[in-house]
Formats: sequence, C-alpha cells, structure tokens
Amino acid sequence: MITAIFALLFYFAAAFLIAGLGLRVWQYAKTPAPLKIPTTPAPVTRTGVVLRMAREVTLFESLFKANKWIWLFGWVFHFALVLVLLRHLRYFTDPVWGWVVWMQPLGLYGGFAMVAGLLGLWLRRVVVARIRYISAPSDHLMLALIVAIGASGLLMRYVARTDIVALKAFFLGLFAFDWQPLPADPVLLVHLGLVAVLMIVFPISKLLHAPGVFFSPGRNQVDNPREKRYQAHWAAKPAAGRAKAGR
Amino acid sequence: MVELAIRNSNASQDLPDPLEIPDLAPGAMAASKPFPASPDHQAAIGFPGELVDDWKERAIDKLGELVAGSRGLRVYLDSCVKCGACTDKCHYFLGSGDPNNMPVARQDLLRKVYRRYFTFAGKYFPWLVGAQELSEEVLDEWYSYFHQCSQCRRCSVYCPYGIDTAEVSMAAREIMDTVGKGQKYCNEIIGKVHKIGNNLGLQEKALKATLEDLEDDLEEETGLEIKLPVDVRGADILLVTPSADFFAEPHIDGLLGYAKVFHQMGESWTLSSHASEAANFGMFIGSEENMRKMAMRVRKAAEDLGVRRIIFGECGHAWRAAYSFMNTLVGPFDFLDQNYPIPQHICEYTHDLIEKGALTFDKSRNDHIRLTFHDSCNVARASRMGDRPGGQFEYPRAILRAVCNHFYDMPADTIREATVCCGGGGGLLTDELMDLRKKGAQPRMRALQHVAAEHGVTHMAAICAICKTQFAKVMPEYGFEMDAIVSIHQLVGNAIILDGQIMDDDAAPDDAPGAGGDEG
Repeated sequence: MITAIFALLFYFAAAFLIAGLGLRVWQYAKTPAPLKIPTTPAPVTRTGVVLRMAREVTLFESLFKANKWIWLFGWVFHFALVLVLLRHLRYFTDPVWGWVVWMQPLGLYGGFAMVAGLLGLWLRRVVVARIRYISAPSDHLMLALIVAIGASGLLMRYVARTDIVALKAFFLGLFAFDWQPLPADPVLLVHLGLVAVLMIVFPISKLLHAPGVFFSPGRNQVDNPREKRYQAHWAAKPAAGRAKAGR
Repeated sequence: MVELAIRNSNASQDLPDPLEIPDLAPGAMAASKPFPASPDHQAAIGFPGELVDDWKERAIDKLGELVAGSRGLRVYLDSCVKCGACTDKCHYFLGSGDPNNMPVARQDLLRKVYRRYFTFAGKYFPWLVGAQELSEEVLDEWYSYFHQCSQCRRCSVYCPYGIDTAEVSMAAREIMDTVGKGQKYCNEIIGKVHKIGNNLGLQEKALKATLEDLEDDLEEETGLEIKLPVDVRGADILLVTPSADFFAEPHIDGLLGYAKVFHQMGESWTLSSHASEAANFGMFIGSEENMRKMAMRVRKAAEDLGVRRIIFGECGHAWRAAYSFMNTLVGPFDFLDQNYPIPQHICEYTHDLIEKGALTFDKSRNDHIRLTFHDSCNVARASRMGDRPGGQFEYPRAILRAVCNHFYDMPADTIREATVCCGGGGGLLTDELMDLRKKGAQPRMRALQHVAAEHGVTHMAAICAICKTQFAKVMPEYGFEMDAIVSIHQLVGNAIILDGQIMDDDAAPDDAPGAGGDEG
C-alpha cells in the first residue's frame, strides 16, 4: 500500500516537474524580448555573455556585489545542494559510478552545509526588518520544506538509519516499472514525501528562478545594438500598427 | 556653501555614509503623487482621457498582453525569490525609508496582481504567496510608487537574476496610461514632442532666435564666428541634443562647448528644428509606440537633411534610447556613413579627438574648479561608449582629466555601475515631486559632501540634462551652490584653445600648468 502510494506519487511528481518546467522554459523561450536591455557594462560578444552567465550561476556574481551575508548563505546552500544531489546518484544508478563513490563524504558535508546555509537565510528573513517586510508565508514555507528535507536526510544517515538496499531497489524498480517494496520507516517516508512536494511545487513557485536566470535579458543579452541591428520580435509580432509605424 | 577643508582626509569621517540604510518608515511616501494628465494630454498620445469604466478588466488584460510580449517582464515577475539583495539599493528608499521604495517591494505591487490573475498559486492560494486582487487602493499604490522609481537600474546590477525594476515600472505606467490614469509631466511633454519637436514646446522661430543670440555670445567671448547651425541641408553631422541645452543652465554652456569643438575641427554640422529634442519620454512610460514615433523624428531629420552622421548631446536616458533602441525601432540606418558609430555620443566624438591629439587645451582655465563626476544612471547601466564594456565610465573621465587639473572620484560604491541616481530621472523631474526628488538625491549629495570634505571638490560634472536640472535645484538643500553642477562640454569649452581666439588672459598654452598631471 505504502509502496503503491509513493510509487504513484513519484511518477506524478516527476511528470509534473518535467512537464511544468518544460512548459515554462518553452514559454520563456517563445516570449519575445522586444528591445536590447542588458544591464551594462555588459559583454559585447556571445562568448562574453556565456562567461557572464557562467559566473552568475556558479559564483552568484551579482549577489556577491549586493550583500556578502546573503551571498554566503545562498551560495553555500546551493553549492551544498549540488553535492547532496550528486551523492544521491548512488540510489539511482547500478553499478554506482566511481566518482560518486569517491565523493560520498563530500555529500555528507554538503548535507550539513546545506541546512546551515538555509538556516542562515531563514534567520535573516526573520531578523532583518527589510527582508521580513518582503516575505510572504510561502517564502517561509519554502525554507521550512527544504530544511525539513535536509534534516530528515541527515537523521537517516546518523540517527534512524533505513534499509538503503531496499530503498535503492524501490527506485530502480520505479525506472523499470517493476515496483519493489519501500521500507516503511517514518523518517524515510517524510523525507520522500517532502521531496515529492518540492518537485511538484517547483514549476509553480519562485523556484522558477532556476530556469528564469538563463532567460533574463538583463544578463543574457549581448551589448551590441549599434553594431548589429536587433530586431528579434518585429518579425514575431504581427501587430498592424507596428508595420505602419516601423517606417 | 559647505566649508571646505582641502585635502583633509579625516574631514569626511563625521559625515554620514552616503548609502546608510534607514529604518523602515511604512507609508512615509504614500502621499507622494504626480499631477494627473489632463484628458487632452492623454488623447494626444493615444490614451483614454480619464479612468475608463471597465478599468479593472482592461488593466488585467493589458498586464497579460505585456507579459506575453516581454520575456523580461515575464521572467522578472516569476523569478524573484525575495532574497533581499536589492532592498537597500534604491536611492528613494535610502532617502525616505518607505519600504515600498525597496525595489522588490515596488515590483511586488505589480507582482501580487500578476500572481493573482496569471499564476496557479496566486489563483488558488493567494494568501500563501501574497497575491492580491486589483482594486482602487492597489491602483492608487501603483500611481504613487511607480512614480517613485527613476528607472535607474541600480537594483538590477545587484539582483542575482538581473531583475530590472525599471522594466516593471514602465509596464505599470503603460497599464495605467491604457486605463486613463496617466501622469501629466511625461504625457504633456511627449505630446509636445509629437506636435512641435521638443520637450519645451520651443517653436522653430524661437529656437533659431535663441541660437542666434548664443552665436552672438560666442563671438563676444572668443572673437570668432562660431556657428550654431539649424536645418542645414547637406551638413555632415546632425547633432541631436536635449532641448534644455537651448535654454537651461548649465546645459547651455555644454551646447556652447560642443559648438566650439565642432568649430575648431571645421566640421560641417547642424541642428534640426524637426528633431530638436534628444530626450525620449516614451521610454519612461513604457510606450513603445510613442518611443518609436519620437525616434522617427530623428531618422526623418537625418534623411531630410541628408547628413552622414548622427551625434547625440549630453543626455542620459536619451543616450539609452538612441544607443540601445533607435536602431531597433527605426533602423536600419544604412543611409549614414558606416565608418562612424550610429548614433555617436558627443563624448565619444570629443574623446576620439583628444586621443588623436587634435585638440589643444589650457587646463589652467579650469583651475578655479575642483571637480568630480556623476555617472548618469542610464549612461552607466544601459549604454556604452566606445568599443569596450565600461567605456561609458572611462570616456567622460578621460575628457575631464584632459581639460581639468583637479579631478577626484566620489566613493567607489556610488560611482560607475554602482552610481546613485540624481533623484529626478525617469519622468519625475516635476515640481510637485520636489520632496521625493530631494530625498532621492540624498545618497549622491552625501557622496559629494565626502569629496568636498576630503579633496575640496567644488563642482560636479554630469552628462545628462535631467541630472543637471535636478542638481541645480536640490544642491542648495545640501549646502552647495546651484551652479556647482556643470556640463562636461562646458569644461571642454572653457579649456579649449581655438585657432585665432582672442585671449583675455596671458597664459600661453605651453605654460599651462596642465603639465602637472592628473590628480585623484
């Protein structure tokens, strides 16, 4: 029964995540960007833009300029999350890749760092009046959700261990549409349930910042409006007034 | 005038930090509202005269249309995670403490409505994500706080996703215009440009008379026949400059500076009575149609006069509109000489001449001035000069160092890409918003007080008509003379040595103390 519920839940969550995210990305991609609006100074070549974006998503360059505390907590959280996700690959691959085995301890440090970063962000959201002012209930809940996922994960590693072998069989079974029993440990069920919630919430929440940043004209446009006439949307948008006024 | 303790590096320690973060003062600026546009002003630029009956539906429709038509707006409304990075970056927040002037809170005024009508979470769980229905109160908030954004883009520098509040405020203003709730200052001016050709409503005859008077002044000063030509067919260069350059101080001195440089180089150039305005307030109200119509005047003037080049005078948002948008809106400009940037900034023109050694200066003529430079927001964060990123910071400074012995930059977190707005940009340069303008100028004025105390700075140069007007007005509030704001080309005009010019001082160019090198 529990196995069936979670199997269906994960099929649904995965489908919702992929479809929802795909829909958003498609929508961002097809929405015209009528004018050149990069925040300058901006790169004057495509390569430069790729580098700018790479710095933005790996180092959080703009955030670093803005506020060192938010940068520290935010960057630690995201970087640690990457480690944690990579560590989890071992539950979904058989045989487990060598480098995944090698980085297992890093993933554990990541688990602690991730929760620490999140708590730092949460503390600021409560303590700093400016950030408290702009916070909606969902902003707190989002932090609570991810902290709970991280904490339940750590709990399983250090306190209430679960049957990892059976868990792995369950997930590999999901991929093969050959359901295997899921261990009915409460902490595990909480952990997995919250992960499914996160997957479902992703495409309908502010977590859209993940695909969004790549589509931000302020960051992804080349600064070359004089050198190369930019007319991305004139062709795309068939407004009658446009053709008339264009010349 | 503040007492100046020259080169006393301790003198600024008692001064407040220009970017000091105030305590939150909710509602402090709620009463700040610009005068509404009259039905005539609205009609002249294609908007309903007064609030339409079905304004709510039409506003929501318009919002949907804008989101569908602008990737930036859509991504910006979706992506904010409320991290707080931008909360202390707006000069109006720093000056007023009103939390709605924090960029994210300003965006949220529109975002909460977007969420309510266009997102799953906002439709079904509005309380959870702070979504809100559009109501008269919300519309009033929009009118108040989207006219407390100068669209300077400072927040967009610091946002991890590059969310640009300027785009959000432009969208909000366009929605308000669409339902008949326009702002007088911008909309009246745009109407004047459509009808007459410039923001001031200066007719062709009056323009020509003004320019003739200025030519007389130039001849009196220099003994040379320096021309300010208008509507000269077949001229090489069309100069498009803000109309404030014809009438306001210190703008005029900048215009005279351009004329001196053109004269010295023997350029064939002209102004146009049809495109007698560089400003493009269509940008401020987010109206692509109005922006295109105004840009079209420049193109038409260039075609009718048969010029080979277009140069823009000192103006901030006008340079953005020209540099970033003109080619898209009314290009291509294949009828112009492709060997020059299209359009070119007057500072690029002068800078290139200085680089080539084509101009000679007597820097000592500016020795009564200890100078700093205010990076105008739209030039700094929405345009470029020269071929390399950041040229917009280097070119003006290179010119100033070439013509002035005493140059000092203001604190690093208030210049270049971090520059703080003058407080009057984005269509807010109107008397009824004076309280807001003074508060918005506070960070810049405090930064100026720092260099005044440390280096004895007496003057601040700017390359934007709005900055110049705004500073002339608010500087006295902060202990400076109103003429402490100067044009870059005013200083160029002071120092330039013109062939055959009558000198009223003895300083021969070779003896000029310019050899002392740059400071600061």
